[in-house]
Amino acid sequence: MHAVSVITGVAMPLARSNVDTDQIIPAVFLKRVTKTGFEDALFYSWRQDPDFVLNQPEYTGAKILVAGPDFGTGSSREHAVWALRDYGFDAVLSSRFGDIFRGNSGKQGLLAAQLSEADIEKIWAAIDEAPGREISVDLITKTVSVGDLRLPFAIDDYTRWRLLEGLDDIGLTLRSEAEITEFESRRASWRPKTLPVK
Amino acid sequence: MSEVRARTLAEKVWDDHVVVKGEDGTPDLLYIDLHLVHEVTSPQAFDGLRAAGRPVRRPDLTIATEDHNTPTLAINRPIADATSRLQIDTLRANAKEFGVRLHSLGDVEQGIVHVVGPQLGLTMPGVTVVCGDSHTSTHGAFGAMAFGIGTSEVEHVLATQTLPLKPFKTMAITVEGTLRPGVSAKDIILAVIAKIGTGGGQGYVLEYRGSAIRALSMDGRMTVCNMSIEAGARAGMVAPDETTFEYLKGRPHAPEGADWDDAIEYWKTLVTDDTAVFDAEVFLNADELEPFVTWGTNPGQGVSLSENVPDPSLIADPNDRANAERALEYMALTANTPMKEIAVDAVFMGSCTNSRIEDLRAFASIIKGQKKADNVRVMVVPGSARVRIEAEAEGIDKIVEEFGAEWRFAGCSMCLGMNPDQLAPGERCASTSNRNFEGRQGKGGRTHLVSPQVAAATAIRGTLSSPWDLQAELADAGATSKAV
Ligand code: SF4
Repeated sequence: MHAVSVITGVAMPLARSNVDTDQIIPAVFLKRVTKTGFEDALFYSWRQDPDFVLNQPEYTGAKILVAGPDFGTGSSREHAVWALRDYGFDAVLSSRFGDIFRGNSGKQGLLAAQLSEADIEKIWAAIDEAPGREISVDLITKTVSVGDLRLPFAIDDYTRWRLLEGLDDIGLTLRSEAEITEFESRRASWRPKTLPVK
Repeated sequence: MSEVRARTLAEKVWDDHVVVKGEDGTPDLLYIDLHLVHEVTSPQAFDGLRAAGRPVRRPDLTIATEDHNTPTLAINRPIADATSRLQIDTLRANAKEFGVRLHSLGDVEQGIVHVVGPQLGLTMPGVTVVCGDSHTSTHGAFGAMAFGIGTSEVEHVLATQTLPLKPFKTMAITVEGTLRPGVSAKDIILAVIAKIGTGGGQGYVLEYRGSAIRALSMDGRMTVCNMSIEAGARAGMVAPDETTFEYLKGRPHAPEGADWDDAIEYWKTLVTDDTAVFDAEVFLNADELEPFVTWGTNPGQGVSLSENVPDPSLIADPNDRANAERALEYMALTANTPMKEIAVDAVFMGSCTNSRIEDLRAFASIIKGQKKADNVRVMVVPGSARVRIEAEAEGIDKIVEEFGAEWRFAGCSMCLGMNPDQLAPGERCASTSNRNFEGRQGKGGRTHLVSPQVAAATAIRGTLSSPWDLQAELADAGATSKAV
């Protein structure tokens, strides 16, 4: 997982509320056996419409999704975060996130930044004036910069620390690698081993 | 030295695996002794390792088998279903790439992951066992701490051989007394679930205790622990004893020589201390137990076979009542019908709950020399290729075939119908598996969970039946002939 500090890129507005994980990625994609390559599945039903924002040339290569309230509610599928990441999003801004989605985001290096609804609308207005414009999300100062605007966002300290350090769950555990190795050195020889095959 | 705190079995096993103790509400980092892998929940875990450039930390503590998708007929032909084939092929490629031991379809050690671990002697007392599968609780029968995990955790264990976890609460399930003939381990656990409910064990590890549990064989204890998850628990355990040691001795991966002696010495300490306190306790009288059967669509909706389909209008709790009404509608049952008048279309003898050699023996001993009821399809699926071979050496395959039932290759099969073994819509099945959820055995299929003994009696009579009914018939026949 890459460390996150300042994300600068094209911001894509998604002016809908209550976007649940089934809309982010429909269940049929859960049959796949990979953990990457879900970019084609993101907002699968909506993107069939050529007018959908994802299909607008101004937003090609967008890195920051500016979403309506209650983004990522519904089923707990981790695939929702994978699809957003694979498509190229590094951050999602919303005034409210589904709990599990927000937890999953932090674990997979996707920054879920919570702003007030009024500030989200300010960003939408700014994008409306200049579609395809870049904005900046600074995790160090916890602010979003849009032109001259400086808007604060909230994120819990633990998740922020993990993102700044680039630590996924496994990375976190591996900080205790020395203790694991030490534990293994004390492991009794009667304990099970699958290899060599007997 | 300060006095050692009195601890339960679960606490002892847990404590001996803590690598880093959690502080201020953070989880403990727990070491995992044995990681079982199958094709459904592992692909994305391996893919995650690949993406992060991480190896499997301990291939020598990891073992994989193919079970959920494998066909039970014509196992040497390519798998027809594309998703099934993809999952199996992916596991094969991953096992090769990461150096993980795999038992593929056709291999003598292939089978349901929870049958394979114990039969190889890999599952043993005092170890931690995980698998991306909820019925990992099965392995707790040996006094192991064994529980199911999700795909991200599978990746975590592959990479680190540890898991960050908060300790589970403990619940004692004490079963005293003696089971009557025809009543089995399956009836104990179905009765436990009916008693505490499908959520009753939530957050707990259950410890099964008491004389009725002590009297069970390892196969029986595995049946009980297997369905701990259906009571909502993360894990179930039985303290190891001579029955456990006897079962393990001489198995391929069981400790040998000095290791065996060391192990036994340690294993004998794995009992709940007399003064240890459980967070909750439940009691059950084995003397009173009868053959059990479910009538609804969750494993807690069960009654004794001699009872009737419950009447939802008599259920006080409005939620439970609505659930019961919905369940009866799905199951196409009418309140107050005697359970024994319910006719079935199929009997499934198999799954990680009841597909070990003793289960097959119990089933075979009842059907021997009999013919199955007309119009009932009977399928017998051993839990592993080894069990199948063992059963064939005892002639069980012949008994099954002469009875008119199908003798299949090993796998999960109709327990969940990921392979072609499925119920047709509306079909009713007496099944020795563990889940009677809507559509579990095939879209629209109706499942009654039963023991191998009840499955056998039902296959003979064509209606839900206990072995006692067969004896009654024999007794009746005897009485008639005397009268003549
Ligand atoms: S037999 Fe059924 S419950 Fe057991 S592992 Fe297979 S699918 Fe799961």
